[in-house]
Parts: sequence; structure tokens; C-alpha cells
Amino acid sequence: MIEPTDFTPLSAAIGGMLIGLSAGLLWITVGRTAGVSGVFGGVVPFRKGDIDWRLAFLIALPIGAIIGSSLGPKILTEISDAPPVMALGPLMAIIAGILVGAGTRFGGGCTSGHGICGLARFSARSAVGVVMFFVVAMITIFIARHVVA
Amino acid sequence: MSRRPILTLAAAAGSGLIFGIGLAVSRMTDPEKVKSFLDVAAMSDGTWDASLAFVFGAGLLVAMVFYRLTRPMSAPLLSLSFSWPKKVHIDRPLVVGSAVFGVGWGLSGLCPGPAIAVLGLAPAEVALFAVAMLIGSWTASLIISGRTGSASAVASGDAAAK
Repeated sequence: MIEPTDFTPLSAAIGGMLIGLSAGLLWITVGRTAGVSGVFGGVVPFRKGDIDWRLAFLIALPIGAIIGSSLGPKILTEISDAPPVMALGPLMAIIAGILVGAGTRFGGGCTSGHGICGLARFSARSAVGVVMFFVVAMITIFIARHVVA
Repeated sequence: MSRRPILTLAAAAGSGLIFGIGLAVSRMTDPEKVKSFLDVAAMSDGTWDASLAFVFGAGLLVAMVFYRLTRPMSAPLLSLSFSWPKKVHIDRPLVVGSAVFGVGWGLSGLCPGPAIAVLGLAPAEVALFAVAMLIGSWTASLIISGRTGSASAVASGDAAAK
């Protein structure tokens, strides 16, 4: 059974602005693209001198999520305070994780890198990537929810 | 290549922190909410959740302002140069890789940012996914470096991956 989620445009737009601000700040200060697949994937293979800023970003990211989900629902009632749940079994979680890790490495970016940063600087390459992963993800969920299920 | 190592770390941490707050406030940390957007068939019965489009649109607008502002700058505030993506052309790895990512994203409702953010909220739920993501990325980088024969091309990543 598919549980529909609430449409929450206000908190979505506020959260989106914060994500854009984060990407803008990383670019204007360090000159790096705030693409999480790239920041994360760049940890391996390990390269001295290029690891510190990545770890700082990656450690701060879940801390930010903790702050956002504890303060958010108190400020805006439309923000749910339910903890996120993965509806996947362990095998599917591993398969999906490998696909996301390998796909973003080959494709050179993810939702943030191609989606926010790439499109914000009008990269045609990023636009192709964004269209590909959105369309394929929509087809995948259609098959998973309405064909297989 | 950082001129001010401590400030660079602080800037990266600040950026990560704001990113995480943004993901949590917009509830993109909830895979079900992401899947509700990707499930376009739900448009027909009125249960479609368009929230992700608002996250994306707002993020894009703010990022555009920053990219526009930095255009006259010869270097970022704390580093010697902007790390522009090395790849600019549309090639097969971009198309195939993005499609593979789309399958994983559709199956799980998780892309890399939320996957790492959720490590702070419900680590047991995403730990396997995050480890698999790192292994997938590493394996792909080994395949790419084997193919091009240059470790540096992979090491520095490409495109928006930086």
C-alpha cells in the first residue's frame, strides 16, 4: 500500500533556498561544487591535501539534518517530525546504493552537483544528466509501484 | 590549494551544515516523500506530492545568484582558483551513468545528499545504502581510471561531481 505524502510547498521552498545557499557559499569561498556524490566519492581513492574539506562537509551534513529536523517542525507545522524510514530490505538497499554510487561517479554528478550547481551555471552537460536521472527514476518507480506490485 | 586552511574547513563545514538543515526542513530526508514526487502516475488521482519541485526550483534560483555574483571574481575568497568541472562535453558515461543513478534513486528514494544526511537521523536505516554507495563510487572510479589510464582524471572527479 502506497501512503501518499503531504504537499508542503513552503517548507520545500525554504529548504531548497538553504540548499542553494549552501552550494553558493561553498563556491564563493572554496571554489568547489557542492555536489554530494562528488564530495563523498572524492574521499576514495584517498588523496592527501584534498580530504579535509570533504570530511568537514560530510560530517556537518548529518549534523545539519539533526538540527533541521528538531527545529523545523517547531517553526513550521507542515514539517513532519517523523523519522525517515527506508522501505527497502537489506539486499535492495545494497543494490540501490551501488547503483547510486556507481551511476553518479560515471555520470559525474547527482541531484545537487548536476541538478542545483550544474543547472545554475547553465551547463548543457548537467542538463542532459538531470533529464536522464529524473526520467529514469520516474520510470523505475512507475514499474516498481504500478507494474510489478 | 587552499590559502587559508582553517577558514576553508570552516566554510566547508558551514556549507555542509546548511545543506543538511535544508534537506531536513524540506523533508527530502524522507525517501517516501521523494518517491511521492517521482511517482507521476499519482497525478491522476490527486495524491501526487510536488514538493520536490519547489525544493529544486528554490535551490536553483539561489545558486544562480551566487554563480552570477562570482562571475567577475578571478578566484574564490579562500582558494587560489575555482575548481571548474573538467568535463564539459556530453558523452556516453554521462548518459549511462545518470540513467543507472536514476534506477537506484527510483528504487530507494535516496540520492547521495539525503543518504548522508539521514545518517544523522536514522543511521540504521541507511548505513547499508551509504556503504554500498561508497563501494559503487570507488569501483566506478577504478573502472574509469583503468579505461583512461590516468588516475588523476578520476581522482579529480569530473563535472558537477566536484
